[in-house]
Amino acid sequence: MKKKRQPENASALPKAPTGIAGLDEVTGGGLPAGRPTLVCGSAGCGKTMLAMEFLVRGAAEFGDPGVFMMFEENAAELTANVRSLGFDLEKLVKENKILLDHVHIERSEIEETGEYDLEGLFIRLGHAIDSIGAKRVVLDTVEALFAGLPNHAILRAELRRLFRWLKQRGMTAVITGEKGEASITRYGLEEYVADCVITLDHRVTEQISTRRLRVLKYRGSAHGTNEYPFLIGERGISVLPITSLRLDHAAPAERLSTGIARLDEMLGGQGVFRGSSVLVSGAPGTGKSSIGAQFADAACRRGERALLFAYEESSPQILRNMRSIGMDLAPWLKKGLLQIHASRPALSGLEQHLVAMHDMVRAFRPTVVVVDPISNLTLEHSETQVMPTLMRLIDFLKQQQITSLFTSLTTGGSGTNAPEDSQVGVSSLMDTWLLLRNVEFNGERNRLIYVLKSRGMAHSNQVREFVLSDAGIELVDVYLGADRVLTGTARVAQAAHERSGAELRREDHERKLRQLAAKQKAIEAQIAALIAQGEAEAAEVKFAIAQESLQETTTQQNSAAMAQLRGGAKTALRSTRGKR
Amino acid sequence: MNTTANYELRLYVAGETVKSLAAFANLKRICETHLAGQYRIEVIDLLKTPALAAGDQILAVPTLVRRLPEPIKKIIGDLSNEERVLVGLDVQPVKE
Repeated sequence: MKKKRQPENASALPKAPTGIAGLDEVTGGGLPAGRPTLVCGSAGCGKTMLAMEFLVRGAAEFGDPGVFMMFEENAAELTANVRSLGFDLEKLVKENKILLDHVHIERSEIEETGEYDLEGLFIRLGHAIDSIGAKRVVLDTVEALFAGLPNHAILRAELRRLFRWLKQRGMTAVITGEKGEASITRYGLEEYVADCVITLDHRVTEQISTRRLRVLKYRGSAHGTNEYPFLIGERGISVLPITSLRLDHAAPAERLSTGIARLDEMLGGQGVFRGSSVLVSGAPGTGKSSIGAQFADAACRRGERALLFAYEESSPQILRNMRSIGMDLAPWLKKGLLQIHASRPALSGLEQHLVAMHDMVRAFRPTVVVVDPISNLTLEHSETQVMPTLMRLIDFLKQQQITSLFTSLTTGGSGTNAPEDSQVGVSSLMDTWLLLRNVEFNGERNRLIYVLKSRGMAHSNQVREFVLSDAGIELVDVYLGADRVLTGTARVAQAAHERSGAELRREDHERKLRQLAAKQKAIEAQIAALIAQGEAEAAEVKFAIAQESLQETTTQQNSAAMAQLRGGAKTALRSTRGKR
Repeated sequence: MNTTANYELRLYVAGETVKSLAAFANLKRICETHLAGQYRIEVIDLLKTPALAAGDQILAVPTLVRRLPEPIKKIIGDLSNEERVLVGLDVQPVKE
């Protein structure tokens, strides 16, 4: 009869998918097909919404027409109520996919005498089912009968018969029931509906309400047994099961700039991966918001859309403050590249915030989402509650390939506490974790930034000083002294100190060079003098030789002349020679 | 005694069951006794006309509906308790 879809697990209980986000994952495929399910909870917990969504989605998405038999609201009220959730009941009714039947029962109009049964209700329901070929039935809430009919013995017997009858007809039914004091439902309906029981809860802790859903019982099927927060948003009910989280999102290798060049450099030189999540945690005033804004600004510069959720500052305040560090976000707002959504975290419960985020992200389709800060969202909530919600959000963003940056305030301002105190415990969900710290030293407080982790990339192990000026954000190398890093004026002083040291050394060196040059010149001068002296002496020698030879020639000539004059030249010549 | 109002009564049943037959017999008897000549009974078998169950807001069977005089009154059960039927119909019993 049911064309129900459990091909991979044919032996298992056939299930009718509800189409409600998350619920099918918790129940492992939906409600038991052809059987009644009891949905109970206190007033205003969303029973009717759940039942209605089950029916509407069944009719619209799974081709199962359904009958909604209501005992409290009338058809017009119900139609109006669910229209706010985007269900067009009137259209489905017109198409004969859904039949609304309002059972009006007024105690004051009814007198009771003698034996009776509820065959009228059966006939009525049977007729409704037959007229549209319904496969799904909702009775909301059948307990109203207890108020209208005084004879509970008959009523109980008839309800038992009703549920059996629904089962026989193969109806996947949702029966809602009011929560009782000591029992699951006020009138003990759970006695009759034993196949599947779902409880809804609407709790207010610290003035903020949260809805929760739990599958109390699911005969013949495994199911999530936890309490799951759920919300009623613009698209109906959304259950947040952490068990349903799939880790199958794509992991693009594309990198995105953080908008801070030196920071990109620290992150393997190219920034973060597209679609990854970045956590920026730090003490108050360490510049988390500025990094977040810079991140959004960088996306806008690339022509991408960025969505900024602000939970501390209003939009004009952010614009003003960012202008003070030389970042003008106003043009992006005007161009429609940037959207800022500022709200107080206490405005609504965490789930409501999440739904709001989902809606805005879906509507705006940004590539970058900045949440500033998540720690504020978590203020009013316990960690157990925050984790799954954030996990869900991050998962959602990742699946949309949206790069997200979350800032988170760490407790304590000294910066000496362990960064691991980053409350929420969300760091394990994050791909990149930047830590900002304040360092107080030398009468001033300076900001330090380092990359605590960054999955899938080589990242710097260096601490950088993080400087906010009217020129924007800048990362500066810190000076690593013997026992501490130097930042701020100490860094500047150190730089000056080192600069003057270098100056001295250079001058010393130059002086030495000059001295050497002078010495060399002196030697060269000496060499020149010696050469000159040598040349002079050589000339003297030459002169002496020349003089001597001239003298000899002259002497010879004189002797020859004398010999000639004296006659006997040969002898004279010989004797002269002998003399020499 | 009674006002001149005409009693327009409708008895909803689901098939000829013991209860429905008893209800009809009881109703007939009570009306003859206390509303002689002022009433009209219409019996509707929901098995034959199921659509009427929704229209008249019928859950239990047998159900007796006093359509006139206004306001509408409903009496459920086999009408075995004459006194309560008269209270339900807002009829002054005729002293015997």
